[in-house]
Amino acid sequence: MSFARDTMLIFRRQIKLSLRNPAWVIIGLIQPILYLAFFGPLLSKVAAGAVTGFPPGNSYSFFVPGLLIQLGLFGAAFVGFTIIADWRYGVIERLRVTPVSRLAILSGRVLRDVVTLLVQGIVLVLAGVAFGMRAPLGGILVSLWFIGIVAISLSAISYTVGLLTKSEDVLAPAINMVVVPLMLLSGIMLPMTLGPGWLQGIARATPFRYIIDAMRAGFAGHYLTTIMLEGVLVATGLAVACLWIAGRAFIRENA
Amino acid sequence: MAIIEARGLARTFTSRKRTVEAVRGVDLTVSGGEIVGFLGPNGAGKTTTLRMLTTLLRPTAGTATVAGADLLADPVEVRRRIGYVAQAIGATGGGSDPNATVGEEITLQAQLYRVPQGEIAERTARLARQLDLGGLDDRLVKTLSGGQRRRLDISLGLVHSPRLVFLDEPTTGLDPQSRSNLWDHIRRLREDLGTTIFLTTHYLDEADALCDRILVIDHGKIVAEGSPDELKRRISGDVITLSVSGGPDAAKGVLTAHDGVRDVTVSGQALRLTVDHGEEALPGMLRELDAAGLALQSIQLARPTLDDVFLTVTGRSLREDAPQAAPPDRVPVG
Repeated sequence: MSFARDTMLIFRRQIKLSLRNPAWVIIGLIQPILYLAFFGPLLSKVAAGAVTGFPPGNSYSFFVPGLLIQLGLFGAAFVGFTIIADWRYGVIERLRVTPVSRLAILSGRVLRDVVTLLVQGIVLVLAGVAFGMRAPLGGILVSLWFIGIVAISLSAISYTVGLLTKSEDVLAPAINMVVVPLMLLSGIMLPMTLGPGWLQGIARATPFRYIIDAMRAGFAGHYLTTIMLEGVLVATGLAVACLWIAGRAFIRENA
Repeated sequence: MAIIEARGLARTFTSRKRTVEAVRGVDLTVSGGEIVGFLGPNGAGKTTTLRMLTTLLRPTAGTATVAGADLLADPVEVRRRIGYVAQAIGATGGGSDPNATVGEEITLQAQLYRVPQGEIAERTARLARQLDLGGLDDRLVKTLSGGQRRRLDISLGLVHSPRLVFLDEPTTGLDPQSRSNLWDHIRRLREDLGTTIFLTTHYLDEADALCDRILVIDHGKIVAEGSPDELKRRISGDVITLSVSGGPDAAKGVLTAHDGVRDVTVSGQALRLTVDHGEEALPGMLRELDAAGLALQSIQLARPTLDDVFLTVTGRSLREDAPQAAPPDRVPVG
């Protein structure tokens, strides 16, 4: 099937370019690792009873899923910059006048981002284990699946905004305006249940709130729960919606 | 047989409630094996027309057949059959990725064009030979010279040996030596392989040196068409510039009615006449000035250049337009 073949062609090309300059893969990991090292220890005191309402158990098992989401949010949201650069080099137009599937120009890149984030996610989980995180393997695998889905959604949207605006000056504030509130409302650092009712209400309207709850449920070993079902449905719905929007933008004759 | 046949091709852009007619009804026919130059100032609609013909932009009106496939009904087949090399001006590149190697670029491009795996090595070697890219396989694109990088861009448009190639401003930004070197490559492409070449340029010397036929586009419409010689003959005539002792107005009175004079303008102390077959008209003019008692101080007969053609057709000089940065028709809208 030519779409799959084209996706692999673009994917291999992008991976090759990433490996040639792996600095960004490492830089992307620095922020969550720093949080793990410099913020995690504070959290263990909080969890130990200083704040009521904090979920019981290992604080790192609570914190690492949050960092995974943060990694996914920031890692995937900024990929749109690369497509603006590619546009400037004329690479996108060059691909678009070949018989290659125009959807594969998107999917090959998204696949690269998913693989990159999964590798980063595994490194982060291992670092978490080193700090004392304990979680069942099943829960970790479920979380990595969620991270993959988040990567698909955000990188597809980021590429789309990049391709349509072709301007770093638009993309950078757009990302900040969307990602920072999404991150705060997802409850990465502290459980949203600590917040007042209105804050919890807003958080209920954002997708990552459900995803992170499901990841934490996985880390706690609770697989067959309503929370997990909600998380899976929200994540899948998000990815489908994002891919649909992005796909339309890339297939469009004029871009 | 025509390899490009376009009728009424038009494109309007709407942004912030303003509608811009970038191309307003272009008809053009290109025969197999021709080198056709698309000439016009920045913003005239060259690149927009080219992007429509290469399936990068959907026309808002009109029809076209490109390399035997219908542009609107079967754009994928058009893509399979043509090569396209984008312009590389200032910050915008011509298609090659600075962080990839030359070999990677050509190989990927061949795979994208579905060149069978077994033929890719042979193709790559042949292209390297044709475009003087030998020995550069492992070099990063960003380390190439301007001329080498442009030749790489062009080789990417040729990996599948298309019968028709579109080159957008192929030599813009290159030093004179690389330019004439690239002209040789483009000529050879046609001589050796019979490839049809459709190129845009805003260099008149390039159009003159390279093209069998020139289409002049201005304000989104084709305003003149013909071989470089035809255009020069048909539109401009020869230019005679002279000054006489009695001043330009006196000479103007004598010569305006002379056979073959098309246009007379006074500039400073000189009189500028546009004349058909200038060298034949010259002796008669001299006799008439003599008979009127005007002593000749200087005289000059100049063959028209394409710049004169352009001035006559569009009312402005192409050079005045040239140095602007991003041409408006490159700005992506909608």
